[in-house]
Amino acid sequence: MAELTYREAIARGIAQEMRRDESVLFLGEDVGAAGGVFKGTVGLFEEFGPVRVRDTPISEQAILGAAMGAAMTGLRPIAEIMFADFFAVCWDIVANEIAKSRYMTNGQMSFPLVIRSGNGGGLRFGAQHSQSVENWAMMIPGLKVVVPSNPRDVIGLMAAAVRDDDPVVFLESKALYPTKGEVPDGEVVDALGTATVLRQGSHATIATLGLMVPRALAAAEELAAGGIDCTVVDVRSLIPLDTQTILRETSATGRLFTVEENPRVLGWGAEVASIVAEEAFYDLDGPVVRITTPHIPLPAADTLEDMALPSVERIVTTIHKAMNS
Amino acid sequence: MTTTEASPVHDVDFKLELYRSQVALRRFETRAYDLFLENYVKGTSHLSIGQEAIAAGVAAAMRPDDWTFATYRGHAHTLARGVAMTPVFAELMGRANGLMAGKGGSMHLTSVEHGVMGSYAIIGAHLPIACGAAWSAQYRGTDQVAVVFFGDGTVNIGAFHEALNFAAIWKLPVVFVCENNLYMEYTRTSEVTAVAHPAADRAAAYGLEPILVDGNDADAVYAVARTAIERARAGEGPSLIEAETYRHGGHSRADPGKYRPDEEVALWTSAERDPVSRYRARLLELGVEEATLARIEADVEVEVDAATEAAKAGAAPGEDLLMKDVWANGGAEWRN
Repeated sequence: MAELTYREAIARGIAQEMRRDESVLFLGEDVGAAGGVFKGTVGLFEEFGPVRVRDTPISEQAILGAAMGAAMTGLRPIAEIMFADFFAVCWDIVANEIAKSRYMTNGQMSFPLVIRSGNGGGLRFGAQHSQSVENWAMMIPGLKVVVPSNPRDVIGLMAAAVRDDDPVVFLESKALYPTKGEVPDGEVVDALGTATVLRQGSHATIATLGLMVPRALAAAEELAAGGIDCTVVDVRSLIPLDTQTILRETSATGRLFTVEENPRVLGWGAEVASIVAEEAFYDLDGPVVRITTPHIPLPAADTLEDMALPSVERIVTTIHKAMNS
Repeated sequence: MTTTEASPVHDVDFKLELYRSQVALRRFETRAYDLFLENYVKGTSHLSIGQEAIAAGVAAAMRPDDWTFATYRGHAHTLARGVAMTPVFAELMGRANGLMAGKGGSMHLTSVEHGVMGSYAIIGAHLPIACGAAWSAQYRGTDQVAVVFFGDGTVNIGAFHEALNFAAIWKLPVVFVCENNLYMEYTRTSEVTAVAHPAADRAAAYGLEPILVDGNDADAVYAVARTAIERARAGEGPSLIEAETYRHGGHSRADPGKYRPDEEVALWTSAERDPVSRYRARLLELGVEEATLARIEADVEVEVDAATEAAKAGAAPGEDLLMKDVWANGGAEWRN
């Protein structure tokens, strides 16, 4: 067991897979000699060299096109899109090419690739370097989407993503890069499509993801002190979605709150709420409540950004109010 | 600028095969057009009539394990790699015996076993993807080359420039083939492009030699393609070829191509310019007998007729295909 930061876990997760499988290559802007702009890939260039860890120009379409072409011919590339907002400049390759080509070709091709990207707010970077875009990826048939919330999950889900034969969008919560967590020694391999129950309570269930997980856990502690005992589910994987765990934990408490970093409209919680409404309606003791960033571009100023993203205080207040109405 | 004349290819059997290939592409496309008019083919299609020398000439220079990346105007490029006509006709007709069982359609023809790594309907997208395949060949040391075809309109989209730079800096074994048919969809390319030769004039920006070839001369196309492919295979990096040609018809099924001057159409469809007529005349000049050419044409006619009937005989795709192959496990489940 060792304590690692989330950012250190990224390099360890990639290294674990690159040591195991020579078909795993890694490319992106500033990922090699520089070790990544977030220092998430430090040491990879030194260990695996410039042939397997490749710096690219600022050409997101070329980066993902390279990953796609490599994957369709038998390699397992990991591509970095530095900030998730930049998906907008290469979305054709993601949404039209990578996601659709297996289906269109009647299964002639597979795309075992991972696109990892720094996602979401908290760093005061303003609207074009802070948006939480998991719902963009989630709504495209043919993409798998994972969002780890802690160092152990970073390694385990990276391994699962690299070993999966389908394209996986791997979204790292940028504000979590300096956070620490315990990681077992040796190889860590997790499974896509599995949510984890981080806290068990009896009054309400909170389903959450990424940066919102530690906030939901902190909120649950405060709520418990006030007599509201919450289950906290870390959804981890949006596609495939572990609806069984979410439904089971919702039915057990009778209430569901989603805590989402994405802007309100069509955030992942909307899909979860609709599934719960259709399949667990009679187990509910009250409405499903979504706690999200408002439907706005994210502002830069710290005070404004803090108002926009769901905070521990807003989670506590919202759940408290809903449970007492 | 390199302008390549007809190549010194003297092997008559080779030339006869190149002729057969062009006739097959021509007759496939004219039949596809007829099938549209008869409502056997739904949706849209983009024909290569008039541009056959490029698909045929480049394919002749490729090794069986090289890769083709084509556009939505990709029937010819798919067939030229040896894919049979029946599954291609059937794909156009949306039948279960189609190349992709009807799930892709005219614009997405793919046959991995023939090295046809997809036909792409978003302008420019497949240039970076071809770079990825070339990167894979380079990393694995397989000597394979990726050849990517695209139109003149593609040179004005960002992916073209990203891909050219990428291929150049990594010295990737990829050959870019611009089929300049003078029109980007309904607009004359020269009216919306800053340079006279849309691809060749851009080559210098990526440290590449400008290569301009008569795209209606299959021998000339073969010669430049062979040089470029050999260069790529030898680890000397990418090439950018601009092949000048003309599509005899409109952009797609919906387009009668009326925006083109009559005299221009007459010139490019004349026996002197049309690639198939030209190649036929060249073979006769070389002493090939009329009967030999007539036999090739008759054989192609039989092949097209048989493939048409076999494709028509295919069943409509069943519901079992609808939810199949979103994922590598063969299914479409996104939740448990």
